[in-house]
This record gives sequence, C-alpha cells and structure tokens, in this order.
Amino acid sequence: MAHTTEPTPVVRALYHDDDVLISAVKEIRAAGYQISEVYTPFPVHGLDKAMGLKETRIAMAAFMYGLLGLTVAVTLTWYMMINDWPQNIGGKPNYNWGMNMPAFVPILFELTVFFAAHLMVWTYLVINGLYPGADAQNPDPRTTDDYFMVELPAADGLVDVLKKSGAVEIAEA
Amino acid sequence: MHYESPVRQPLILGDKSYNQITEDVVRPIENAAPRSWWMVFSIALVMFLWGVGCLAYTVGTGIGVWGLNKTVGWAWDITNFVWWVGIGHAGTLISAVLLLFRQRWRMAINRSAEAMTIFSVIQAGLFPVFHMGRVWMAYWVLPIPNQFGSLWVNFNSPLLWDVFAISTYLSVSVVFWYVGLIPDFAMVRDRAVNPVQKHIYKVLSFGWGGKAKAWQRFEEVSLVLAGLATPLVLSVHTIVSMDFATSVIPGWHTTIFPPYFVAGAIFSGFAMVQTLLLIVRKVFKMEDYITVQHIEMMNIIIMVTGSIVGVAYITELFIAWYSGVEYEQYAFLNRATGPYWWAYWSMMTCNVFSPQFMWFKKLRTNLVFTFVISIVVNIGMWFERFVIIVTSLHRDYLPSSWSMFSPSFVDVGIFVGTIGFFFVLFLLYARTFPVIAQAELKTILKTSGEAQKKHHSDHGAHH
Repeated sequence: MAHTTEPTPVVRALYHDDDVLISAVKEIRAAGYQISEVYTPFPVHGLDKAMGLKETRIAMAAFMYGLLGLTVAVTLTWYMMINDWPQNIGGKPNYNWGMNMPAFVPILFELTVFFAAHLMVWTYLVINGLYPGADAQNPDPRTTDDYFMVELPAADGLVDVLKKSGAVEIAEA
Repeated sequence: MHYESPVRQPLILGDKSYNQITEDVVRPIENAAPRSWWMVFSIALVMFLWGVGCLAYTVGTGIGVWGLNKTVGWAWDITNFVWWVGIGHAGTLISAVLLLFRQRWRMAINRSAEAMTIFSVIQAGLFPVFHMGRVWMAYWVLPIPNQFGSLWVNFNSPLLWDVFAISTYLSVSVVFWYVGLIPDFAMVRDRAVNPVQKHIYKVLSFGWGGKAKAWQRFEEVSLVLAGLATPLVLSVHTIVSMDFATSVIPGWHTTIFPPYFVAGAIFSGFAMVQTLLLIVRKVFKMEDYITVQHIEMMNIIIMVTGSIVGVAYITELFIAWYSGVEYEQYAFLNRATGPYWWAYWSMMTCNVFSPQFMWFKKLRTNLVFTFVISIVVNIGMWFERFVIIVTSLHRDYLPSSWSMFSPSFVDVGIFVGTIGFFFVLFLLYARTFPVIAQAELKTILKTSGEAQKKHHSDHGAHH
C-alpha cells in the first residue's frame, strides 16, 4: 500500500519533577492540546485524573476470573467425588455435593484465588503489551530514572506552552 | 501537597534525589561482587550440593535411610516443611497486608521479603514430595483421570488441600513479586552499558515503559493481588495446621491450631526477614533505606506475634487439662516433662521468653541484639514444629510401641541442603535483582525523605 499519510510528527517534552509534571499536564490540556502519552519512572498519584484517563476495569475482570475459578472448583469436586467415583471416606456424607461441600471449602477458596490472580496478571500483561523480550516502550531511557516525559502530536504554539509549563527539554520527532 | 506529620520519622535518610535512589539500588547489580559474597555463596553451594547428594541417596534407596520408625512416621521432614512454609509467610504479610494498611515502611523491605517467601516455599515443597518415597509418582497428587493413577484424588483430605494451598501460594507469590519487578528491571535495562546485561534485562523487563495507563493498571493490580494474597496467606498455614488438627492424635487434635500456626508463621518469618535484611543493608550499604526504624517496626511485630504464640501454648496446656481427656493430658505432660523436655523448654525459651526483650526500646533498636534474637526465634520455631510432631507421635495409645526418634545423617543432610539452597537462591537474587522496590520507594521520597521532611518543617509556617 502506498503511503497515504505521513507519520504525524510528535513533540516530546521532558520534566524533572513530578509536581511540575502534574501542573504542566493540566496547563497543556487547558490550552487545548491533546496529550497522547506520559512516561514516568514511578506511579505519579493524580496523573491519571489530570490526564483525564478513565478508571481501569481490571479489578472487575479479576472478580469475574474468581467466579470462573469457583465454578471450576465446584465442577471438579462434584465430578470426581460425587458423580464419577463416590467413595465412603471417613464416613463423610457423599450422597450429593451439598452434603460433602464443607470438606471442599479449602479447594473452592484456593482455586478462586488461583484463577483470579493468574488470569488478572495475564490480562494485565496482554493489555499493556508486555512480554519477555519486547522492545522498550519508553522513547527516552531517562524516564525510568528521574525524568518525566509528555508526548503529544505537534501543533502550532505548542512549544511555547510546553516551555512555560516547566519542561527542561523539548524535542520534535 | 507532600505533607506528612513531623511526628513520623523519615523512612529515607539523608538528602536523596530520585536519581540517587536509582544509583543506590543498582549499585550491587552493576558492580563486581565483594569477596564476602563469594565466600558465603561457596559455603551455601557446598551445603546445597550435600543436600542434593542426600536426596539422591534417599530416592535411590528409599526413605528407610531417614531416622523414621513405625511409631514416629513424621519427624524432621514435616518439621522442616512446616518451618519453611512458616518463614515464607512474612514476605506476603509485608507486601500484601501492609499494603492494604497503607504502611509506607513496607516499601524498602517488601522486595527482599517476597524473595524470601518464594525461596523458602520452594524448600518447603521439597519435603512432602520426597516424603512420598516414590517421587516419580508425585503427579498422583494432581486431579488427573484414573488410568494414570489408582483413583481420583481425595478432596476430603487435608493433605490434598495442602497441595492446592501451597501451589497456589507459591505461584501467586511469584506473579505478585514479578509484577512489581517489571518496572525495576526496566530501570536496570535503561542504564545498562554492557550489551549482554542490557539484553538480559530487556527480556526480564517485558518492554516496560512506564506509560500513565500502565501505571494506573499497575496500582490496581497490586491492590487486588494484595487483597487476594492476604486471605491466601492466612489459608495456607491454616491448611497446614489442619494436616494435624483433623487427625485424632492427642496433641494434634485441637481447634486452636489454625490461628496459632498463622501467628507462629508470621513470628518466624519476620525473624528470618531480620536475619537477611540486617546482612543485606550492611553488605550493600542500604542503611539509608532499611533504617533502624524499619528494624524496630519488625521487632515490634516479632514481639506481638511471639506473645500470641505464648498465649497459644498456655491455652493448649489449659485446654488439655480442662478437657478431662487423659490421653490429651498425658500428651502435654509428656511434652513438658518427658524424654523430649529439652525440646519443649528450648521452644518455650526461644519463642515466648526471648521476644519479650523487645519491650525495651534500647534493645529493639540494637542491631546486634536483633540479629541474635532473630536467630534464636528461628531455632525456637523449628523446635516448636519438632515438639508438636515428634512428641505427639512417639508415645501413642499403645505403650508397647512407644519409641524415640533420632535423625540419620541423611535427615540432617537434607535439612542442611535446603538451608544451602535457600541461601544460594537469595545470594543470586541479591546480586542480580533490584533488592529494593525503587519505583515504589520513589513515590514516598517527597513525603518521607529526611531532607524533604526537614524542608517542610522549616517552611511549615505557611501551612
């Protein structure tokens, strides 16, 4: 396919302090510019709100995974202990799953936690594009140390706004 | 904005910047290992290899090479299993429970404490697996169809609950640890000069770039994992205690076991964290991050949990008498005054008496004293499990089958081997992983750094 569009040039502004970053993000957005990404060395509290990011729904996903784990555990214990090969073990009642259930509580709990934790972490890795050997997502290696980077599409008058907001370094790419 | 009450002592000493934290955390990774590291590593490796030899001998000959007999069918193996699992609990307590309680002092110690958790649960897992005798049949504990084994697994059995509890605990601890490690590996990657090192940390860091959305999810995932790990860690030692409590052996058949085991696990785990961190902070010059205040906090937890354990011991004695069951009464009388009295009183001295010194601020802020007590507590907690297991078994209902237990060199060798294996893993970790969760620590620098707090109090009049 022929190149129909030029890659949009981006501007990258580096900040050296998390408080300056937060106020800069607010100023940039107030001036009407759209921020495409912010790279920080640690979770800066309040940054997601300042950027207008939606809340993550990953906790809800974990809850669903936990329910799935619970269902698997119920199925597993019912099939093996009640349906397929019922046995008299220490006189514990096994006429139906409900009567034998108290002895299964530890298994129900462990499998719920197992599914919730592992599937949530898999989801987290996938939606963030993290996998062994992936190329570094941050354009500047200093942003895992003590620099904070705001990345946004180039626009008229943007550089002045960035300079005024306290950026220590501005680069266009 | 970053105000914290001046009553709270700083958690990061000196005048640190974000960059200084980075430099301090990567120093052990980027510099050559000190001679002392190689010395300790060699000793640990020899111990580990000796343990491997003893395990090979056990597998080749059978568990008859252990000191077990017909009466005492569980001894050092299960003692070591419970001891190692218990030690693991402190790591999860620090990283999960203290996260839920928003305790900021956890941040300097959670990485190493979780490493300790994982490495000690690995040691613990070895014992039940090799106690099976025919280890090549170990997959029988998994719920797999009948034609592979004899029957389905028995979900009524506490031993099977243990399989599920320990494997869930180990695997969830590993992912919890790794989620926190990814951003720190990325930091090491972005600084690395040596191409081989850069490539290794590139693989380990999964491409992490610190995007705002990724951090938002990171914090949510950490919180949910902490919420899951907290009941999980309590369930693990509860289920371990049920291995004993659901049987009808006098001395084991008690309902107090789950909370009593969990308290004991936290107690011994924190003692092991002290032992390890007192060395780490010294060798890697982390005194500004793992401060005396951190040590003191952990000593207070050791004091509280040690006292809970003491109350449990006394409750056990009282209930044995109050129950009116003569077998139960004898089991406890035999523990305290029978042929294993020395083990019982070692346990009492180490676990109930020694932590009471921590009531004194002078003693709980003294590092040498803390180190000694941490070793004493771990010895005491090993004796606790030995007392529970061996003294309850060695004199059963039938006096003609009463016997004593003495470990063979293989029992000792395997135990020594797991200590070696644990330290091999921990020493490799300490040289190659960021031993402090630096990304998390940077979030509290402005509120809890010494220089930053001083700056606030000097300019506090404006507030």
